[in-house]
Amino acid sequence: MSNINQVKSEYQKIVDKHSPKNKVFVNSIKAFFIGGIICSLGQILIDSYMFWGLSFPEASTWATDSLIFISAVMTAFNVYDNVGRFGGAGALVPITGFANSMVSAGMEYKKEGYIYGLGAKIFTIAGPVIVFGTISSVIIGIIYYFI
Amino acid sequence: MGHLGKQTITYKTPPVITCAYSSVGPKETQGPMGKYFDHHCKDELLGEDTWEKAEARLVQTTIQGLLDRAHKVPNDIQYIFAGDLQNQVIASTFGIKDFNIPFFGLFGACSTMGESMCLASMAVAGGMADLVMAGTSSHNCAAEKQFRYPLEYAGQRTETQTWTATASGFVLISRCGEGPQITAITPGKIVDLGMTDAFNMGAAMAPAAVDTILTHLEDTNQKPSDFDAIITGDLGNCGIDIAIDVAKRLGTDLSDVLMDCGKLMYDDERQKTNCGASGCGCSASIFTGYFYKELLNRNLKKILLVPTGALMSQGSTQQGNTIPGIAHAVCIEMK
Repeated sequence: MSNINQVKSEYQKIVDKHSPKNKVFVNSIKAFFIGGIICSLGQILIDSYMFWGLSFPEASTWATDSLIFISAVMTAFNVYDNVGRFGGAGALVPITGFANSMVSAGMEYKKEGYIYGLGAKIFTIAGPVIVFGTISSVIIGIIYYFI
Repeated sequence: MGHLGKQTITYKTPPVITCAYSSVGPKETQGPMGKYFDHHCKDELLGEDTWEKAEARLVQTTIQGLLDRAHKVPNDIQYIFAGDLQNQVIASTFGIKDFNIPFFGLFGACSTMGESMCLASMAVAGGMADLVMAGTSSHNCAAEKQFRYPLEYAGQRTETQTWTATASGFVLISRCGEGPQITAITPGKIVDLGMTDAFNMGAAMAPAAVDTILTHLEDTNQKPSDFDAIITGDLGNCGIDIAIDVAKRLGTDLSDVLMDCGKLMYDDERQKTNCGASGCGCSASIFTGYFYKELLNRNLKKILLVPTGALMSQGSTQQGNTIPGIAHAVCIEMK
C-alpha cells in the first residue's frame, strides 16, 4: 500500500526541482529601466516647471502630482498593469505605483458601493504603506532629533 | 454498486453521461483548445456589470446550452450538483436559481467537477434519481479579485503561478441512455504535505492527485496502462512534473498516461499565462469540451478524470496555514 506521506520529508526538494525559478536577473534589468524612465520623466517635469517659472519646491510638488495623474489615467485605461507586469518593482516603487494601487482598488470595489466598497477598500494595498511609512518616519524623526 | 478497497465505489449499472456542454471566455477561446468548446463568450463581462455576475451568467449560459443540446427542460432534471470558487458559491447560486432545479451547492475548490460528478453518479446509481446535472465554473477576474489583487493592480506574476480560467462545464448524468459511462469513482482525502506558497498551487495539489490516482489503481487492481489517459485538473506545467516524480518514488510510473487540463488550456509563451491554467472551470470545460467528445468518437475508451483542488481561503494562508489539496477520481468508459 503506497502512502503519500513517505515523500513528505523530501517533498520540498521535489517541488524546488520542478518549479521554474523567477527570472531575477532579467526582471531586475527591466525594473531598472522602467524605474529609471519613470524617475527621468519626473526630472523632466521638474525642469520644465522650473523653466516655466516655478520655484524648485513648487515644481517638485507639481511633478509629483503630474506623475500621480498620469499613472491614475493609465490605470483607468488598463495600461499601467502591463507596465507593472513588465517592469515589476520599477513600476511599483515610484509614486506612480502607489497611485496605481489606489486607483485599481477603487475601480474594483466601486461596484460594492461608495461607502463599503470604494471608501472602505481603496486602501487595501496602499494602507500598509501609509501605516508603516508614517511609523518609520516618526522613528527616523526621533533619531534625527538626537544626532 | 459496491465498495471496493479503501475508498473506491464501482457501479454495477453505471450511470451514463448523456450530454455535456462547455462555455469559455475570450482567452480560453484563443488557446489551443479553443475550437473544442461549445460556447465562446465575446468578453469577460458577458453583458453584466460585475465579474461575479458575469460568472453567474456563464453558469446559466452553460446550463441552458446543455438543456438545449439534450432537448430537455429544467423540469426533467431532478437535482443539480454544482459549486464554484466565489465566497459562499454565489456564482452557482445566481446562475442556477431561475431554473428551479433542486440544488446541492458544493465547495471542493478546483476539484468541484470531480466532487459533483461523484455525488451525481452516486445519486443516480443509488436509485435516488434518473436524471441529474453536475458541473462547475470559474472566472479569472472574480478569482483575481477575491484571492489576489484588484485586476488593474500592477503586480508581477511569479513563474509558478497559474491563470484562473474563465470557463464552465456541465454534464447530464442519466440512469440509462447512450454515451460514456461512469464505472467507478474514488473520492479523495485531504492531503497536506505542508506547502504554504499560494503562488504555487500545482505543488500544493500534486500529492493529493497522486494519492487519489494510486488509491484508485490499488483499489481496482489496475495499472496506469489500463487507461488511455489519466487526466488531472489543474496541476499546471510544473505540478504535473511534480506528480509524475512523486508517483515514481512511490513505485508507479504515470509518465505515459498522465495529462493535465491546466497544461492543455493555454499557449503559455504566447498568452503569458506562466504555468498553465487553474480554476474549477479548467477541468470542467476541457472534459466537457474535449475529452467527452473524444470518448463519444471512441478515440479514447477509458479515462480517469481527476480534478484537483487547493483547499484554502485568503485568510487561511495569511494566518500561516498550509494549503491542503484534494482530488476526486472519476473513471469514465465508452463501451
